[in-house]
Amino acid sequence: MATTGTKSWAELKPAGASRIPEGLWLRCPGCASMIYRKQMETNQHVCPECAHHYRIGADERVRQLCDDGAFEPLFDDLRCVDPLKFKDLKTYKDRLAAEQKKTGRHEGVITGRAFIKGRQLVLGVLDLHFMMGTLSSVVGEKLTRAIELATAEDLPLVIVSGSGGARMQESGLSLMQMAKTSAALARFDDAKGLFISVLTDPTTGGVSASFAMLGDVIIAEPRALIGFAGPRVIQQTIRQELPPGFQTSEFLMESGMLDRVVDRRELRNEIARLIDYAGK
Amino acid sequence: MAIPYTMEFEQPLVEIESEIRALEGRSGSGEQDYAEEIAGLRKHHDRLLQKIYNGLTPVDTVRVARHPNRPQSSDYIRMIAKDFVELHGDRRYGEDPAIITGFGRIGSLKCMIVGHNKGKDTNEKIACHFGCAHPEGYRKALAKMKLAEKYNVPIVTLVDTPGAFPGVGAEQRGQAEAIAVNMREMSRIRVPIVSCVIGEGGSGGALGIAVADRVSMLQHAWYAVISPEGCAAILWKQANPQTNAEAAQALHITANDNLKLGIVDDIVEEPLGGAQRDPAAAAVFLKEWIVSNLSKLRRRKPETLLNKRYDRFRALGAYDEVTPAPAPDPRPES
Ligand SMILES: [Zn+2]
Repeated sequence: MATTGTKSWAELKPAGASRIPEGLWLRCPGCASMIYRKQMETNQHVCPECAHHYRIGADERVRQLCDDGAFEPLFDDLRCVDPLKFKDLKTYKDRLAAEQKKTGRHEGVITGRAFIKGRQLVLGVLDLHFMMGTLSSVVGEKLTRAIELATAEDLPLVIVSGSGGARMQESGLSLMQMAKTSAALARFDDAKGLFISVLTDPTTGGVSASFAMLGDVIIAEPRALIGFAGPRVIQQTIRQELPPGFQTSEFLMESGMLDRVVDRRELRNEIARLIDYAGK
Repeated sequence: MAIPYTMEFEQPLVEIESEIRALEGRSGSGEQDYAEEIAGLRKHHDRLLQKIYNGLTPVDTVRVARHPNRPQSSDYIRMIAKDFVELHGDRRYGEDPAIITGFGRIGSLKCMIVGHNKGKDTNEKIACHFGCAHPEGYRKALAKMKLAEKYNVPIVTLVDTPGAFPGVGAEQRGQAEAIAVNMREMSRIRVPIVSCVIGEGGSGGALGIAVADRVSMLQHAWYAVISPEGCAAILWKQANPQTNAEAAQALHITANDNLKLGIVDDIVEEPLGGAQRDPAAAAVFLKEWIVSNLSKLRRRKPETLLNKRYDRFRALGAYDEVTPAPAPDPRPES
């Protein structure tokens, strides 16, 4: 066992871990020490003390992964349309407007052409800050176009996932994005393309059960939550305590479900190296 | 059907049914014949039944889809397939009875049949986890579909699951991966595939065997990204009869909704009052749908088949495009 997979889910999931509190100093949810925010941020949002990986948005991810200025966004003209006029306690329309205002983005994914350490590729990054990175029609369409572009131009494909799953507000249409992206990946596979799937905290539901688990090489950041069903649902079903470290990256690697657990600060190197081995 | 099971919205029928039974009991016992009265009551009963089933709300539909007497995959297989040869096991980990697979003849067509299995009696239901398959179930389904592809045998899948099983073993053995791989592989299997949601179409657990050339739903089945109860618990913060009904409505789960969204291509009619009232009649409709579609699909060349299957799913989704997508730009310098 390469890394410690022994923390319980509760320990890994302190309240508010997804949004870093404001202020110059913050208490690390991984090791509880007070760390200087700037230092954490310049360390790619990784705790300098314990290597706790803070959740980051898609823009920050693109900045970290790509060579300087070497990202060209594509398919940005797609817009959500609320096909079902969905309303729960709030309307989907209002939720979307709030998320768009919060993130300055129309939807929960960035797709485009990129260079990582000089290697050209097609990149997709789900944005956890936009409705938990959920898979909608637009997200599915942008990813499918990205996969088709990589197929057409014979480029490696990297998708960084971080998502709560399919977006309920688009119901069956979001469900169908799972089949759509998976079918596009079949064609990419037929063309012998290299797909590196990077899983970050959390990757669950309809995203894990489609493109995210279809990587030729699957990499996960340390101690990310990865699974099909959420831990609470499982606990309610089986009415037992979940084993320690259940559904963490390390647990998945031990179970044979992914290739490597990679520290965020090594991700660029690892992707470049894999492309040199398997890319075209 | 052994267990009497009445849903609230069918309550008005119960009284008429007991009247009919009473008259039938008295008939033939003497000089009085109640044939005319009985016929009148029957007519009234059927009109009311029709009215009730035409007006089913989405959440009522879910109850019909889960009706304990509703025919399951095993029933349909018995009623529509001849010489069924069940095939077990995923050759990797185990045998999951929550998905039945095997060769069978439907009409004159040799088929591979793959269907979720909820189970009949308590023991079987528990063994099948009430139709919630484990990864080994999905892997078994794929293994048998590949077998069918090898012998150029078309595939019929029957979807009836609340969802894939959420459990420790299921996660450990890669539930997400199993479903994902099924979708990817089904998109490129070189024989015709038809799928019908016969009862519950619960999310990825349903779609994991439903990537097909032609997809249908029985009239009173449901198909959605999550169950109404699951959705209510998350988005309404609590699942109760009120929020479940709202969620069922909002999720567009009915056959009509899914047809409008293009998620299914056809609705397969059920006998009056639902498949649970007349399983044999429901089986006839289902068989007709399977045979007519497979006969057409069998004429397609494999390349055409795969392209059309790809395009079918490729087209799903709703979005606006504010300006036409730009032509591929020259590569950025770096
Ligand atoms: Zn720390």
